[in-house]
Parts: sequence; C-alpha cells; structure tokens
Amino acid sequence: MNTSALHTPPPGRDDGPLHPGLNMNSRWIRINRARRYAANHLVTVLAIASTVVVILPLIAILAYLLFMGAHSLNLNFFTKIPAPVGEQGGGMANAIAGSGIVLAIASVLGIPIGIAAGVYLAEFGRGRMLAAAVRFTADVLNGVPSIVMGIAAYSLVVVKQGHFSALAGGVALAVMMVPTITRTTEEMLATVPNAIREAALGLGVPKWRTVLSVSLKTASPGIITGCMLAFARVAGETAPLLFTAFGNQFWSFKLNEPIAALPLQIYVYAISPYDEWHRLAWAGSLVLIVLIMVSVTLVRIYAARGMMKGAS
Amino acid sequence: MGVGIDVEHLNAWYGQTHTLQDINVKLPANHATALIGPSGCGKSTFVRCLNRMHETNPIARATGVVKMGGIDIYKDAEPVQIRRRVGMVFQRPNPFPTMSIYDNVASGLKLNGFRNKKVLDETVERSLKSAALWEEVKDDLKKKSGASLSGGQQQRMCIARALAVDPEVLLMDEPASALDPVSTSKIEDLIFQLKSQYTIVIVTHNMQQAARVAENTGFFLNGKMVEFDSTHKIFTNPKDKRTEDYITGRFG
Amino acid sequence: MTTEEDPKPTLRPVLVAAPPHDPGTTPTDSITAPVSTIRRYLMSRRSGAVADRIFMGAMLTCALIIFAIVIFIVWTLVIRSKLSLHQFGFRFFLHSAWDPVNGDFGALPFMYGTIVTSLLALVMAVPLAMGVAIFLTELCPRRLRTPISFLTELLAAIPSVVYGLWAVFVLVPIMRDQLGPWLYKYFGWTHLFEGYNFGVGLLTASIILAIMILPIISSITRDIMLAVPTSQREGVLALGATRWEMIRTGVLRNARIGIVGAIILGLGRALGETMAVTMVIGNHPDIGTSLFAPGNTLASVIANEFSEATGDMYLSALVEIGLALFLVTIVVNAIARGLVWAVTRGTPARAH
Repeated sequence: MNTSALHTPPPGRDDGPLHPGLNMNSRWIRINRARRYAANHLVTVLAIASTVVVILPLIAILAYLLFMGAHSLNLNFFTKIPAPVGEQGGGMANAIAGSGIVLAIASVLGIPIGIAAGVYLAEFGRGRMLAAAVRFTADVLNGVPSIVMGIAAYSLVVVKQGHFSALAGGVALAVMMVPTITRTTEEMLATVPNAIREAALGLGVPKWRTVLSVSLKTASPGIITGCMLAFARVAGETAPLLFTAFGNQFWSFKLNEPIAALPLQIYVYAISPYDEWHRLAWAGSLVLIVLIMVSVTLVRIYAARGMMKGAS
Repeated sequence: MGVGIDVEHLNAWYGQTHTLQDINVKLPANHATALIGPSGCGKSTFVRCLNRMHETNPIARATGVVKMGGIDIYKDAEPVQIRRRVGMVFQRPNPFPTMSIYDNVASGLKLNGFRNKKVLDETVERSLKSAALWEEVKDDLKKKSGASLSGGQQQRMCIARALAVDPEVLLMDEPASALDPVSTSKIEDLIFQLKSQYTIVIVTHNMQQAARVAENTGFFLNGKMVEFDSTHKIFTNPKDKRTEDYITGRFG
Repeated sequence: MTTEEDPKPTLRPVLVAAPPHDPGTTPTDSITAPVSTIRRYLMSRRSGAVADRIFMGAMLTCALIIFAIVIFIVWTLVIRSKLSLHQFGFRFFLHSAWDPVNGDFGALPFMYGTIVTSLLALVMAVPLAMGVAIFLTELCPRRLRTPISFLTELLAAIPSVVYGLWAVFVLVPIMRDQLGPWLYKYFGWTHLFEGYNFGVGLLTASIILAIMILPIISSITRDIMLAVPTSQREGVLALGATRWEMIRTGVLRNARIGIVGAIILGLGRALGETMAVTMVIGNHPDIGTSLFAPGNTLASVIANEFSEATGDMYLSALVEIGLALFLVTIVVNAIARGLVWAVTRGTPARAH
C-alpha cells in the first residue's frame, strides 16, 4: 500500500492532515463549519435588525409628536384654557398648571416618606428581618398596576370627601412614588462608605446627626436623582388620575376640587371626535415628552457627576 | 492634659467569637502606649472598646470595666459623651468627602452644634498646626474638599479633626499603615510631640514604630494581652517567650 | 530616623525621650490643666440618646407606612368588592356577560382580552428584546453602546397615554388600511383575521403593548447577561466557538433562569398596562375569535367605566376586577423578581 498517500495532501486541497487518520478537511466538517458560520452571521443580522426595529417606533413617535405638535405650541397653548368646542385658539394652560399642582402634592407627600423609609432600611434596618420585609413590600408595590392605585386613592380620599379632588390625585401619585424613592434612597445610602460614618460617630456625633449630616449629605446626588426619576415617571401617569383628580375644563387651583392634568387632558382629547382637540393632544404630548426627556437626561448627567463626587 | 485608662476584666465578643479575653491593664496618662501583635489578635477590638465604638456593630458585645479619669465609661456615661472626650484616628484616612478642609477639621464641633466662628477659626488653625498640616493647606481651607488631599495629608487632617475637639485620650488604629514612608515619619513625629498633652494609644504592626514612639507597649496574642511593660523592657528583655518570639520575628 | 537594626533578639529603641515608665505606679486620674472652652462646651451637651430614638422612630414609621399602603389597598379592594363577590362568587371570572342595566356581570371577556393581548405582545416583544439585548451586550461597538441604551431607556420613559395617542392616529390607520388587509390576504386561512377591521382591536392593542414592554424585557435581560462572568464566555471561545455559539452556550445558557424572569416581568407589565390599551382596543365586552375584533382588558374596562359606574353592584364588580388584577400582577411580579434575583444575586441593578 502506498502509505505516502496518508501524508501528502490529496490533490485540490491545500492544508494537509494534522493527524494521519483524521482528515480535518473532510466534507462533513467543512459543511458543518459553513453552517455554523452562517448561523453566526444570521444571528448577527437578526440582532442588528431587532435593534433597528426597536429604535424605529421611538423615532417614529418622536418625529410624529414633533411634526404634529410643534406648530401648536404657541403662546395660546401655554396661557389659555380649552376653548368651547368648535372654536379655535384654546390651550392647555389649565392642564399644565393642574399637573404642576397635583405633582407638587404628590412630591410633598411621597418624597419625605420615601426618603425616610429608605433611611430606615439603610441605616437602622441592616440585616433585620423587618427591613427585608419592607424591601420586599416596596418591590411588590412597584408592580401594582397604576389603575389599582387609583382605586385605592379613590377609596381613601374621594369617597370620604364625596367629590373628586386634586388632593386625591396627589395621593394616588404619591403612593406610586414612595416605593421607587425608597429603593433608590436605600441603594444610594448603601454606597456611602462605612468609614465616614465611623469617623462621625468617633467624634461623638449622635447617630441621628450622623445620618443627616454625613450619610444623607454624601448620598444626596444619588437620592435627588432617584426622586427626579420617580417624579418623571408619575408625571406621565394618567390611569390613577381618571377617578381621583378627574379633570377639569377650567382653571382650578383649589385642592378640594377636580383638577385638570396634562396626561389626563391628552387622553380625553385623543379619544374625542374633534380635530381641534386632537391638535391640542399632540401639542400636549410633545410638552410632556420634552419634560420627561429633559428629566431623564438631567438625571443621567447628574448621576454620573454626582457619583464621582460623592463616593470618593 | 490626658487621663489614665484602667481596664479590668474586659471581654469582648463579635457574635460568638470571643475576641478579647480578660484584659487587665493600666494605661498611664500623658504617655503613649503601643499595642503590638499579629493580625486579628484583638488589638483593634481593644482600642474600639476604649471609646465604645465596638458597640456600633450590632453583633458586638463587651463586658468588664473601663475607667477613664475615674469614670466607668460603660456604666456612668453614654457612648456619645465618651467619644467626645476620646479622639480616634482610623487605619485608612476617612475625611468627609462633601466638606471642605475647614469643615472637616471643625466637624467635631460643628456637628455638635458649636457656632462661635472666632473660636472655630482658632481651633481649626491650632489643630492643623498641631497636626503639622497648617502650612500646606492654610490657603485652601474652605476651597478644597477634604478628599482632594494626598493620603498622608488626609490622615494628618483626620488627626487634626480628632484633636480639634480637645480630647483627653487619642486612639490611633494603625494610623500610618496605609501611608508612604515620608508621611509615616511625619506622623510619628507628630505623635511624639502630642504625647505630652494627651494619653495616646497606638496600634501598630510596625515594631520599630512602637519602639520609636511609645513609652509603654502591650503585646496581644489571640485575644489576650500577653505582656504589658515599658517599651524598653519589651524589646530588650521580654518576660514571656511568646513576646520574644514575636519580637524576633519568629511569627507574625 | 531609625535604623533597622537587626536580626538579633535585642532591639534597641533609638529614640526614647521619656524615662521608662514603671506601669506599677498609679496613673493620673484627673485632669490637671484648666478645662478649655471647647471641652466645657462638649461636656455640657446632651448625649442625644433621646433624639436618636425619636429619629429612628420617625424613620421606622415611614417604613411601616409602606406596609400600611399595601394592607390598605388589599383591604379596600376586598371590602368594596364584597357585594359582587357575594353575588357572583368565582363564577364571575367564568361568566361572559356585562350588563350594567340588568345587574349581570361576568368578567370572562376581560380575562380573555387580557390574556390574548398580553401573550401576543410577549410573542412579538420577546424575540426583539432578546435581539436588542444580544446586540447591546455582545455585538455593539463600544461607542454606540451608550446612545443606543439611552434610546431604549427613553422608550421606557414615554408615558402610556402618549403611546396611545400615537397608536390611535398612526397605528390604527395602518392596521385598518395596510397591515390588516395584508394579514387577511396571506394568513386568512388561520381564521384569526375574520370580520370587520376598523383598525382597533386585539391585534392593535397587542402591538402597542409589545412596543411598551420591550424596553423592560431588554433592559433586564441585559443586566442578566452582564452578570454572567467573562470566564464563561472565554471558556467557550477557547474551544473554537463562533460568536453566536459563545452567546448561546456561554451566556444564554447560564442566564436562562433570569431571562425567563425578565420575560415574566414583561408579562406583569403587560397585564397592568392601561391607557394605551384602552385607546386602541375598541372597548367591547365580548369575546371575538378574530384578532381584529374589538375587546377589552381587565385594566381597560376599569379605566373606561369606573368614573361613570352607577349603582353599588356595578362599582363592586369593577372593584372585583381590580382585585383580580392586583392579585395576578403581584403573583406574576413576585415570581419574576425571584427568578431575576436568583441569577443576579443582588448585584446593583441600573435604574430602569
């Protein structure tokens, strides 16, 4: 037998066998390799394609908002209340003001409670079972649909008072802010190095003062970030306001009356049959989106800067 | 001026671990005492028991009597009150990152409500001078943050911060171990100067440092204070064989 | 300063300023110098033990408020749905009727609507979310990573009502005029695309829902994929795998559990989504087999009818639907978070 055949590459193929007896260039291996590479390419293409498909709606939505809403953003929009049906020239000033009031109530109620709960979890509750339970409950609360929060606020405030009100809307939104703020406050406080707490305690500073002037002060950029995120999230919420704040076609600054809110007004206008109202809905959405995007971007910048400053 | 510290039958636990076993020692006033021993043998725990910092850990416990200036710090006083009379400097410098140098040094006073600006200014200057840091930072007191200094400067600032509250005792847990040799020697000089005014207890891994700086030395091993005597004696003629083994480098 | 002497047993301290002190004598017990202003001030301050306790009490109270909130929600949902619970019992969810005038209520159509839209949304969203996650973690050039992940975060930040608005004026016409007829033409044999197509309906709602839950599935999947140690990836690569094989065996296999968790979290989100769905689902309390049929979900019926509900039974039925929604989303979210936690084990999550 001509054994040299085993050691010389067969005509037509370049790479010789690495192991006599195992042909690394066999047809099966080559087909398999080609199949694997093809699969690899396919997946790469699919992954890029999905990303494009995902980014597309975002760009489409933003473009649409800009296109449909920008020309309506005149002075009227920001200063006038909605005009009677059929008339031109109304605005959403009352909705913007109303949102401001409801969000202010929500912040006044939700931010202190959220931060305090976060302080408890980080500074007093470490390792305790109660803290774990609170943490778990906060996460559960985060997942509750916003419309259910609306039902709860309805029960708590609207039923007792007998009418819809800004206060009820504020309570509904506050309840949504609390779990988010609690968790971010806790996480930010956990990044404060224990060494500086010890430094303060070692100087004879009482614990409560240490928490306020050292822990909270050091973590404050992150905590503020968390509050802004929670704020941005509830600023766009409509469902909980449907039967708490209820909406109002006119100016209202009283806490005990139904009040307009931007997302609520957008909803009402969007499903209405009037073109004029549709136009306002687009404009209002543009305003809402811009506010939220600004907050999210600010948060990103502030967080990046604040992290480096506070944690050094 | 400093006060003396009497320790009787001090035992300490971290959870189930018995970290300090029946420590009895008298640390003299206005002297520097060094505590030496291998890692993890209880030196830091002992020092933290002297200002009740041990208690800040929820699973920590201590029994026994520690008297400072005649007062039983566990029975007759609150931890916060004790810590205002006992200064502590930690292994790694821990300045408050959100405060300026001035605020850092004055923090022991400001965070306790002291408002008199003139006295604060004087105190900050005096403390920084005592810590041999004044010349380097006097122009940037309020402009620079405490965390922007170098490691050695930060540690000296922490010492100034501890001194600003005019303590009677100064506890130092390996204050120079994280620093470069130049800073270390500066700090050792410092301690040498300070010991005439305060009672100093310094934990150190560095036996030469103990020898340079302290009049008395205690040797810790596995939670017990094996020997306590004048530095000279410990290093030249220790009574206990274990001390001798450690000193001569046979272990640790 | 000091010279390092030596290996011999005797170490001479070079600097000994004070004479060796005999520890036998009694140390000074009292302060011998006049007390300074500072010392006097500090000694006069109270220890703050009381303030400490009050402070901790206040913080604890606020933490307990979180419990109070959840307990209140459960309590109020149960109490206010008592009427309906009594009247209909569990048949409520198997009964298909919604007749406020005659007082007959059954939530089956809404269950159907919720399940269909959520599942369909998942079917559409999960592959895309996986694709995005894979792209961002493994394939994306570094410089593009931040802008693209920022864009996906923005997607998550868009309010539901804005999605709804866009869906009503853009998606619905597309569905009515282009996508619908196309689907009927090529997939009509599945009998899923029968009936009139007004653009609103289960399919449109599912599509907008898919767009809305995509960011959260993608973002959590990314966190999980990043939590897989590089050693796993490198091990597989060292065996000669292509990049996809490395992703499949080195990353996804390890992250399987967490990814399931991410998907379930997306499901939880879909179940509770209200506004955008309400605006495009057609609001018809009926079960239709066609995907073009208008329908309703548990959340959308509450949104539509709650503020106008007359009569105690009507309100009670709606609250019972709210109770069901609450329980379902809690269970789903708890399972999801458990799975995600099991994989990431408390590594800090980015804010989503």
